Amino acid sequence: MAVRVRVPTPLRRFTGGEGEVPADGASIRQVIEDLEKRHAGIRERLLDDKGEIRRFVNIYLNGDDVRFLESLNSKVKDGDDISIVPAIAGGR
Amino acid sequence: MAPTLAKNGVLDSEHKQTVPAARAGNVLELIGNTPLLEIRRLTRGLFRPGVRIFAKLEGFNPGGSVKDRPARKMLEVGLKTGDLHAGKTIIDSTSGNTGIALAMVGAVLGYPVELVMAANVSRERKKIIEAFGARPIYSDPMKSSDGAIEKCREIIAENPDRYFKPDQYNNEANSLAHFETTGPEIWRQTAGQVTHFIAGIGTSGTVMGAGRFLKSKNKNIQVIAVEPDDELHGLEGLKHMASAIVPGIYHEEQLDLKIPIGTEEAYEMVYALGQTEGVLVGQSSGAAMIAALKIARDLREGCIVAIFPDFGDKYLSTNLWIGWQEWRRERLAQVLSKWNASTNATT
Repeated sequence: MAVRVRVPTPLRRFTGGEGEVPADGASIRQVIEDLEKRHAGIRERLLDDKGEIRRFVNIYLNGDDVRFLESLNSKVKDGDDISIVPAIAGGR
Repeated sequence: MAPTLAKNGVLDSEHKQTVPAARAGNVLELIGNTPLLEIRRLTRGLFRPGVRIFAKLEGFNPGGSVKDRPARKMLEVGLKTGDLHAGKTIIDSTSGNTGIALAMVGAVLGYPVELVMAANVSRERKKIIEAFGARPIYSDPMKSSDGAIEKCREIIAENPDRYFKPDQYNNEANSLAHFETTGPEIWRQTAGQVTHFIAGIGTSGTVMGAGRFLKSKNKNIQVIAVEPDDELHGLEGLKHMASAIVPGIYHEEQLDLKIPIGTEEAYEMVYALGQTEGVLVGQSSGAAMIAALKIARDLREGCIVAIFPDFGDKYLSTNLWIGWQEWRRERLAQVLSKWNASTNATT
């Protein structure tokens, strides 16, 4: 499944500065694995040692937080919009 | 020299004058004079007996955070210089605590307040800001706090005469507030025995201002800043300096040390502080506590003061608490074991 992934500023160092990148996969987990192949180093920023989504990272599938879907196993369809959003805003 | 604070942790009478006023004419008089809490249960057996860690609990400020101090000072200076006067609206970019503080002080002074913040700041903060009568304006969460800074600039550029911007990132009154209040309080509360001062960097006002004051009293006091270990992090309130817009008030050469802290370890420290010390704090306090532990394990003796910027109630709806049920008291020993005093400790 071909999808577009929106990437926040703190991760654009992995995507050559791009704020939106293409990826493939049938689930969020597969999309992240594909992102890692294209942009080495990004997986570790998104997933912890146990392979779960880091607590300070939110991933939205068509506007819904995947934690309230099936997390990394959430199914992905062609043309879906995926957004990676830092859980907090930083600064004061 | 070993710290000479009362061994039972109770400060002597000379220093009890720093407790908040029992009666105040307005809420602004209640800002500052926050207590020091010695962290003893969590650190029991970890360090040498001459090493003590104190947390300065800024959550006791009336607006609930350390940011009450610079907010009051920046508006006070604005009124003195005439930059803030009747007809002006106070505006700034903030992810929360400064916004709450500006909203509170603005309400007392009778000025309208507008606050630009990334849309992903915690729900509680947005509501508190609105409860003080201020207007929140949301910026793109994908761009983090730098997005809020940029949007705030655009809004002011459209209508420059309408606004007074305290500009916490570049206003020396921010660090001055800490030079005049936070620093002297710590000096008094530790009877001048503080050896290490630790604070997180957001705007850097706390570590710069209080650090400068403490150095002026004793140049050997180590001033240590805490920052997230990566550009993508979950330590709300803190900035990763290498990748962020560097605040104008930040002078790195005045720091003795900068300690990077991981988000996950700071979150676990928040759980540990709640369950062992009975203090529920925000994640920036967890990060400050980790930094204190890192310093403490290498000391033979010392009096470490770490700023705990706020309490934890504003974060209960945030990702800080995802998966916390899995964290159990039995994990505490495991978490703390890595902080045992090192064998080559120095003073």
